[in-house]
Amino acid sequence: MTTEQLQPLIYDIGEPGRMGVNLPECDVPKVELPAALMRADLALPEVGEVQVVRHFVKLSKLNYSIDEGLYPLGSCTMKYNPKVNEDAARLPGLAHLHPLTDESGSQGALFIMHELQAWLGEISGFEKVSLTPAAGAQGEFAGILMIRQYHIDRGEGQRDLILVPDSAHGTNPATVTMAGMHVHELPSNARGNVDMDALRAACEGELRDRIAGMMITVPSTLGLFESTILEVISIVHDAGGLMYMDGANMNALMAVVKPGELGFDVMHYNLHKTFSTPHGGGGPGSGAVGVNEKLAPYLPGPIVEIVEEPSPQPPPIAMEGDFSASDEPVGAAYQVARNARRDDGRPNGSPLQTTGGGVEPVEPPLYGFVMPEKSIGRMKAFQGNFGMHLRAYAYIRVYGDTGIRDVTRYAVLNANYLRAKLMATYTVPYPRYCGHEFVLEGHFEDADDVHALDISKRLMDYGFHPPTNYFPLIVPEALLIEPTETETKADLDEFIEAMEAIAAEARAEPELLRNAPHTAPVRRLDEVRAAKELALCCAPARPPRG
Amino acid sequence: MSYIPHTAIETQQMLADIGVDAIDDLFGAVPRSHRFPKLDLPPPMSEMEVAAEMLAISEANDHGQDFALFRGAGAYHHFIPSVVNHILLRGEFYTAYTPYQPEISQGTLQATYEYQSMMCALTGMDAANASHYDGATSLAEAVTVALEATRNKRKKIILSHGIHPQYREVLRAYHQGRDIRIIGDRGRGEIVDLMEMLDDNTAMLALQYPDFFGQIDDLSGLAEAVHAKGALLVMVSNPMALSIFKSPGELGADIVVGEGQPMGVPLSYGGPYLGYFAIRQKYVRRIAGRIIGETLDADGKRAFVMTLRPREQDIKRERATSNICTNQGLMALSASVYMALMGKNGLRQVGELNYHKAHYAANEINRLDGFSVDMSKPFFNEFVVACPRPVAEINDALLTEGIIGGYDLGQHYFHLENRMLLCVTEMNAKDEIDRLVEILGGLG
Repeated sequence: MTTEQLQPLIYDIGEPGRMGVNLPECDVPKVELPAALMRADLALPEVGEVQVVRHFVKLSKLNYSIDEGLYPLGSCTMKYNPKVNEDAARLPGLAHLHPLTDESGSQGALFIMHELQAWLGEISGFEKVSLTPAAGAQGEFAGILMIRQYHIDRGEGQRDLILVPDSAHGTNPATVTMAGMHVHELPSNARGNVDMDALRAACEGELRDRIAGMMITVPSTLGLFESTILEVISIVHDAGGLMYMDGANMNALMAVVKPGELGFDVMHYNLHKTFSTPHGGGGPGSGAVGVNEKLAPYLPGPIVEIVEEPSPQPPPIAMEGDFSASDEPVGAAYQVARNARRDDGRPNGSPLQTTGGGVEPVEPPLYGFVMPEKSIGRMKAFQGNFGMHLRAYAYIRVYGDTGIRDVTRYAVLNANYLRAKLMATYTVPYPRYCGHEFVLEGHFEDADDVHALDISKRLMDYGFHPPTNYFPLIVPEALLIEPTETETKADLDEFIEAMEAIAAEARAEPELLRNAPHTAPVRRLDEVRAAKELALCCAPARPPRG
Repeated sequence: MSYIPHTAIETQQMLADIGVDAIDDLFGAVPRSHRFPKLDLPPPMSEMEVAAEMLAISEANDHGQDFALFRGAGAYHHFIPSVVNHILLRGEFYTAYTPYQPEISQGTLQATYEYQSMMCALTGMDAANASHYDGATSLAEAVTVALEATRNKRKKIILSHGIHPQYREVLRAYHQGRDIRIIGDRGRGEIVDLMEMLDDNTAMLALQYPDFFGQIDDLSGLAEAVHAKGALLVMVSNPMALSIFKSPGELGADIVVGEGQPMGVPLSYGGPYLGYFAIRQKYVRRIAGRIIGETLDADGKRAFVMTLRPREQDIKRERATSNICTNQGLMALSASVYMALMGKNGLRQVGELNYHKAHYAANEINRLDGFSVDMSKPFFNEFVVACPRPVAEINDALLTEGIIGGYDLGQHYFHLENRMLLCVTEMNAKDEIDRLVEILGGLG
């Protein structure tokens, strides 16, 4: 029996002896290979270059992507990924830089990381930032390990409870367990905020001495700004706990509020959400983590610092972090700098350090890696997902001080516009303005056999990626919608029309929804079969033809 | 406004529909005392200026296209066929996310399934997941699997000192909150010494193959000894070496992890890379992260979907064994395209080129006065050179000649002062190797 396929597997399109690459001859004398250590066979495909290209191009066409249209996957911030950043990441000096290059030979890369650390700190109001975590979940892990070690160092190692609201991302409670600590879950109230009575009961009752901290997402996973946040923070601090902010929703906060100034002790950033680095079909992410003074010694390392000030001290140098010292066009400085790479390999002046009166580059400092004094250690080998750091750098550079605030303002405008328009057709819990995303209930009282999943699948037929469904867990039939700032009003209006049409279909022709999608490459999948038969690998079971 | 498309008129229309006068009115829930801080960032820049700036910054780095690169130590400069980057740059792949909606994500799903399949072929394992962050975190996750597989009753983890030093640091960082003992790697223990540490409290024994020094140990009897104690054998492997050497599966490994970067992923100063994770069938349900499985759609058409989902953090929450969500999907695609292009014969050819060139370089350097190469064990594309003076001095001299020399082992191993770990790949042409040897000869 042959099963119909969208595209054959790469193993099924080869012929013995075919190769997709042309390699050079060996130009050194060959030595004998150690026969006893050699493998007999390597069951990889045998496919030509053209076939490989066509195979993957055909596969690519089966995907929906941001480049094709609106991708309102709540909590994931699927904004446009600027193309210039992709070009930058492929510059030979960045793409082919070995991670263990001596500091003198990697000043350009260290400069990018140093600036990005400072900018992320500035945007969120934190003292220090480490770029090493590879994804948001790793940033969380680093944060909770720091909190744990902080208490241990103060002789309060018995603090083993982390408060987590019931609306939290699943990574939060899983992180707590990984760090060897325990979750104490807090309910949400009718307005989507943390239930203050439950919080007080935990922090002021018999558990008080076990409270290590709290993890909270701001705005919450409902897209709502916790209006009692200052009180929450002070209650936890009073109990001796530290505050962790899940920064997944930072796209709603830039230049609106600095979490560090609210009193948070630590947060992670998702560079692949807020700062536009591509999601890559599942990754890579990048999960920088920022901390206040208390936790700075515990940051995962290495972090980039100035290890040697320029010497001799040059005349008027712009202060570190004082980027507005000159009215000169910043680009001009680099036009000078780029033409004159210094002998010792350091970048010839930074664009941010123009002298007061002109565009003469000044002597740069020497950047280097340091391990923070009481570091919780390394989260991954080398120094983080550098390819994502440089994209985030380029992204912040484009928007600059005046533009970053617009990212958040228009993300919030787009979300509230969708929310306002969809309220007429869908139940929208919590009567408040939302942040960068909002949740609605994906079911109708007069069409009770239609569910959020059906609406999601039907959206595919209208040419949209569905929102996040069934999260947060505290809203029945949740559809979490996050349009991001990069969508036009016209794009949003099309989405609204589709959602309205689907609401009408739910009553008139519910089957249309229940059997959706109709126009996608495949129809709904048998997920039970996948888990039961567990066919995870084709190579051993299905050797190459021939 | 850069990537924000709104016109003033559209913004006004939207505000009217929402029922507010200004965008700033939407932020009323934020405490007034902290609302709208000024950000001290540089001013905005045009795309043209940003491109120029990135180019200028990039040129301040010593990179593998300007220098002859003989450094590996966990990150490798290999040939990447053009096709890999062209496929990677398809927006359909890199601007999609985790395939939560399989009906419109079959491209990512099938490519990942093929990646899993090819990793199984390479490692000799039965299943592979869709990736971890890098080789180091894959190893750290293997510890969790081994502890779970031995029902959390065993507390001992035995590591070889031949595992990448940073991987061992990451493993310790990951498990600092756990009540376990991590031993074996603080001395110069050989495999036989590690075998003596095995007991009924051991959850796993891990080693690197080839090890951090490029060498291949005699592993006969190891798997039997580990399994006799009911523990798991974990092998950290450079996938490029597996192109020619016996698979860890053949050698009895239960879990194989490692850094997939050598297969189509550029050096990129240390990331994003690709942590691969492959495992025997009996432990497959304990694997963390995303896994893609085959199934059928409602019409009976073959399709792929993320499976074993109930293990994952978004469903199992505090009872999940790992918090991993986002992985290194795009890097898995790189490896997938790379392995498809190289195929059965090409990958072997690359492996052999590495072997021959490294051995040529090692033999030539071994002849130099003052230098000697450790040839006590078979090696792949890296080897340890004992130098007549500090490695830093040698590397400085090489750098002025346009060569990035080996990794200074004294940084991590006290007993390896003046020892350099050199790496030679298919990217190093014979004249580059000869130039390296010549300059070293002058430093003897």
